[in-house]
Amino acid sequence: MAWYALRRLLQALAVLAVMSVLVFAGVYALGNPVELLVDPNAGPADYARRVAALGLDQPLWVQYARFVAAALRGDLGNSFVHGTPALQLIFERMPATLEVSFAALAIALLTGVPLGLVAGFRPQSWSGRAIRALSVLGFSLPTFWVGLMFIMLFAVELGWLPAGGRGPTSRVLGMDLSITTLAGWRHLLLPALNLALFKISLLIRLTAASTQEILRQDYIRFARAKGLRPARIVGLHVLKNALVPLVTVLGLEFGSLVAFAVVTESVFAWPGMGKLLIDSITLLDRPVVVAYLLVVVLLFVSINFVVDLLYGLLDPRVRLGGARA
Amino acid sequence: MSTLLRLVYAAVFACALTAAQARDADDLVVGFAADVSSLDPHFLNAVPNVAAAAHIFDALVHVDPDGKLVPGLALSWQAVDPTTWEFKLRRGVKFHDGSEFTAEDVVFSLDRPAKVVNSPGPFTSYTRQIAAKQVVDAYTVRLKTPAPYGPLPLDLTTIYMVSKKAAAQASTEDFNAGRAAVGTGPFKFVAFRRGESIELARNDAYWGGKPAWQRVTLRLLTNDAARTAALLAGDVDAIEAVPTPDIARFKSNPAFRLEQKVSWRTIFWQMDLSRDQTPFVTDKAGRPLPHNPLRDLRVRQALSKAINRQALVERTMEGLAIATGNIVIPGIVGHVDALAPEPYDLAGAKRLLAEAGYPDGFALTLHGPNNRYVNDEQVVQTVAQMLTRAGIATRVETMPLSSYFGRARAGEFSFALLGWGSLAGDSALRSLLATPNPDIGWGGFNWGRYSNAELDKLVRAALGETDAARRADFAGRAVQLAMAERALIPLYHQYATWVMRKGLAYRARVDEFTLAQFFHPQ
Repeated sequence: MAWYALRRLLQALAVLAVMSVLVFAGVYALGNPVELLVDPNAGPADYARRVAALGLDQPLWVQYARFVAAALRGDLGNSFVHGTPALQLIFERMPATLEVSFAALAIALLTGVPLGLVAGFRPQSWSGRAIRALSVLGFSLPTFWVGLMFIMLFAVELGWLPAGGRGPTSRVLGMDLSITTLAGWRHLLLPALNLALFKISLLIRLTAASTQEILRQDYIRFARAKGLRPARIVGLHVLKNALVPLVTVLGLEFGSLVAFAVVTESVFAWPGMGKLLIDSITLLDRPVVVAYLLVVVLLFVSINFVVDLLYGLLDPRVRLGGARA
Repeated sequence: MSTLLRLVYAAVFACALTAAQARDADDLVVGFAADVSSLDPHFLNAVPNVAAAAHIFDALVHVDPDGKLVPGLALSWQAVDPTTWEFKLRRGVKFHDGSEFTAEDVVFSLDRPAKVVNSPGPFTSYTRQIAAKQVVDAYTVRLKTPAPYGPLPLDLTTIYMVSKKAAAQASTEDFNAGRAAVGTGPFKFVAFRRGESIELARNDAYWGGKPAWQRVTLRLLTNDAARTAALLAGDVDAIEAVPTPDIARFKSNPAFRLEQKVSWRTIFWQMDLSRDQTPFVTDKAGRPLPHNPLRDLRVRQALSKAINRQALVERTMEGLAIATGNIVIPGIVGHVDALAPEPYDLAGAKRLLAEAGYPDGFALTLHGPNNRYVNDEQVVQTVAQMLTRAGIATRVETMPLSSYFGRARAGEFSFALLGWGSLAGDSALRSLLATPNPDIGWGGFNWGRYSNAELDKLVRAALGETDAARRADFAGRAVQLAMAERALIPLYHQYATWVMRKGLAYRARVDEFTLAQFFHPQ
């Protein structure tokens, strides 16, 4: 187990290193942020001073070496545009993104799994067909378009919910959260639903498919022959077995919810990390872009790790640290 | 994507009279189109930051909606000798903390831009000309320049006055947190939520007349669709930088009002005028030409004549621009009434090309940004088609601003689109066409490295002139010379558009700034 954890840690470090090189070089190749920031009438002294202050006068490898040296001390650099530490900017925005991602995940679980069970149980019934048709829609409609439709319908037409932005926040455990007030929930609902849509479809598909597969298994037939109530068969035997693939996928999908909330965040003007990333890319704010991606990679790696552990708990056949294919 | 968007909007607009929800009558929520990175008015010289600062702070000299300089915290200014500007300050002006605004604050505020650590884009290009600051009395300040410098009052419209008492030790973070954001402006700081919103409250003691709004929220809605949706849903009362496809629909919707004004931004082509071999001009087979044809005046005239500006502004710009033959808009120093837009003359263009030795034309790549100006990419494509008719084989390459400006500045292009907003023709020429000289900050956007001693002389004379009439004369002559040389090819001035809910009015500004104090209930 310890060996396994260590191996995962080393892998994660390697991924982080490669990632940082790629992003660093990528943003460097895009252009020089000083061109965008410094007034063109500024004299060469001013210009040079800015370039030097941002460390951009050095060759790329020196810049990278300095970055790594600072990163090892936990300092990912200051934002070129805001002048504040990049990590601080990201952590300022992180609660907003986590909030909408968790809400989306909850919505996806609470609707996707039950609907998937129904579709898996009665694939030929009208409800089963309807649910699967719905999931196709959820897969194929682009997120930003659905988001706009939501806004048009619920905010503009019906006037039930606000068109975007975050509601009033209050401090909970050092984080600014908006789920403590009704106004906060009203702001949260549409973006969360928008973000959840794709995941709902995915969960429906997965749950339905594994339900169908499980239903054909001998132990289900046996349970039925034994005369167990259908509720117990579904609740215990089917659901628990269907959960194994779900957990793997969900873990990864949560990572992608957080990392790719970008589209939803910009459509709904949700002040999360994704919006920060977009704004930073347009201004070539390299420290923020690099720090963001490193944080996301770290998030993915740790989620994967947790998933692997959970997987072992759910399926005793999986032995961590043993021989692997 | 845009077709889908249009469909959505069309469907919604068709039946959308469900306009704004009721809000408190003296609350105003405005949707900003760009991110404000800091509330420190001396941190980053970028339009959104300057616009946000203008709510909390005042400058010595203000700009009225038509681009004229009007008294701000200075009641009057004059050059007492060619190298000394004297500013008489407004008396009895109070900062938000109740302390009085005096000459000491002016000196402090003019010193501060050079001292802001970490500033990615400092304001020093506006304060650099000031060699010495002298406090004559509490309400009089004299500023010395090493050489006569006419545009100093204009430069000072962008330097905001902060409180020496509140900001003496303050960092940029202190401004963002509100501790140091103590100005004399029409609104007081309430909260700054980075990437989200800025909240302000009315300054009841404002010297310039009480604003109509008790509470103002500036929401940072950088996504076009989100900004439009927020207005439609009544989340905000007004938005700036309205996406062009939505303007017509807002216009026909009785729940909303539009304010439009010719903006100070002129859109034009910069050409490579210095090198004999230029990277993006070849013969039609792609082989290099012996000489750079753009250096020939006849070729530049031909290119200018081949552009049908009327069609460009009516079709491509959907009427949101006016054709021009000038560098700055009417009413501004350096605008020359006699310079009409170049008439469209295809036959003349072909004749000039033939005279210049290119009867069959040549091949040219046009470069432009695709996220900077209204319809910029389409404009580049339209002009390319127009040049094709004159016999030039054109290619179009557009890119995001983040890579465009850097490459253009490095001289990588031959024919590149640029937009420039300026409140003085001589200052504009100093950046755009004066012989590049980094040591004095000249020619920073002279992408084509154009160099003309006569023009430099006129620009220097205009900038060094503290008498308004004589300065205007020099500036006008400089612009006339540049235009006769076709040193750049002007296309049009673009319009700025604001949309607000019915019942609101905005004094639209040439400088495209969105300022809550200029909104009024109707």
